[in-house]
Amino acid sequence: MTTGLRYVYAVCRPLGAPLQAQLTGIGGAPPALLRHHGLIAVVSTVPEADFAEDALKAHLEDLDWLAATARAHQGVIDALTTVTTPLPLRLATVFRDDSGVRSMIEAREADFLRALDRLEGRVEWGVKVFTEPPPAETESSAPADRPMSGRDYLRRRRADTRAHEEDLQAAEAFAQSLHERLCARAEDCRLHPPQNAALSGARGRNVLNAAYLVPRDRSEGFVELVDRTKDETAGLRVELTGPWAAYSFSGFSEEGTREDGGGVTAGEAR
Amino acid sequence: MTTPAPRSGGFAEPYGHSSGANLADILERVLDKGVVIAGDIRINLLDIELLTVKLRLIVASVDKAKEMGIDWWETDPALSSRARRDELARENAELRERLARLEELEPGSTRKEAP
Repeated sequence: MTTGLRYVYAVCRPLGAPLQAQLTGIGGAPPALLRHHGLIAVVSTVPEADFAEDALKAHLEDLDWLAATARAHQGVIDALTTVTTPLPLRLATVFRDDSGVRSMIEAREADFLRALDRLEGRVEWGVKVFTEPPPAETESSAPADRPMSGRDYLRRRRADTRAHEEDLQAAEAFAQSLHERLCARAEDCRLHPPQNAALSGARGRNVLNAAYLVPRDRSEGFVELVDRTKDETAGLRVELTGPWAAYSFSGFSEEGTREDGGGVTAGEAR
Repeated sequence: MTTPAPRSGGFAEPYGHSSGANLADILERVLDKGVVIAGDIRINLLDIELLTVKLRLIVASVDKAKEMGIDWWETDPALSSRARRDELARENAELRERLARLEELEPGSTRKEAP
């Protein structure tokens, strides 16, 4: 009976360079490399007390725990991205022991190799567009000390709503044209659902949230292209994140059915 | 947090990784993307699916979720203050609109509307 479980972060080809010596994963444990045939799994030991079924179920409802675990997971993937092209697994992929991990690799070997070939030398860039919230003191156009009549209030509210809708339409048109331009420069692209400020902490409304698969050696040009669009967008904010491991493009599921296509329209709350 | 080595292009730093990425960026990737493998702890997939649905509701629309009567995050300290502020603002706007409509219904003011 062991008290540790094997947490798998990613599968990749054998590394050309060692992992950073001080790298830590979930719970501060150092990641280890588990080799099987021509592949390696990047694993660490996690306490059964946290990752057994019931405990995990409870933890996943705890946003602080989830955030810390997600950041630790992403930290290991990040470190791998500097030395190889990893195939990131979804959070909390856990096995009893090394032999369980080996059987998994054995069973999925062909899928892994295919995906690794497809993604070799590519990284993911995230691009988001936000509307900049109007300056806080729009109210000051009417003297604050004079009470406004209900009719004035309604009239101004309607005008505000109309202006707001026009801004939003312009923002969405920009988002769409930017997405098309970036897709043309990327090998593949995905639209993600817009982010809500409650989680992201970002100002304004998220009208584009997309991921682009770009070869490493063409990334500089891609980043410059995104940078240039920042000047053409008064009232909008373009944010770039990355380079990420190709999370959004590694998709094959257990059943091999669900390819995560970006079927979600940007700016549209489902 | 790890500091990734600069890439061959030398452009990595200003767009620095996890430091620039917010929690939503990270969660949408580690929960929703990546390769799905059923491990020995089988329940995790189902749980993450459920959790993702909840997060999606936040990500999609706080108002829509509230309409559906889903408000679990209001008890979540990490998310509730924002939700409460939104609700207050909405209620405030609604009250002002109702007041404005009442004023318009006043006989004196409706007559003024006619040319």
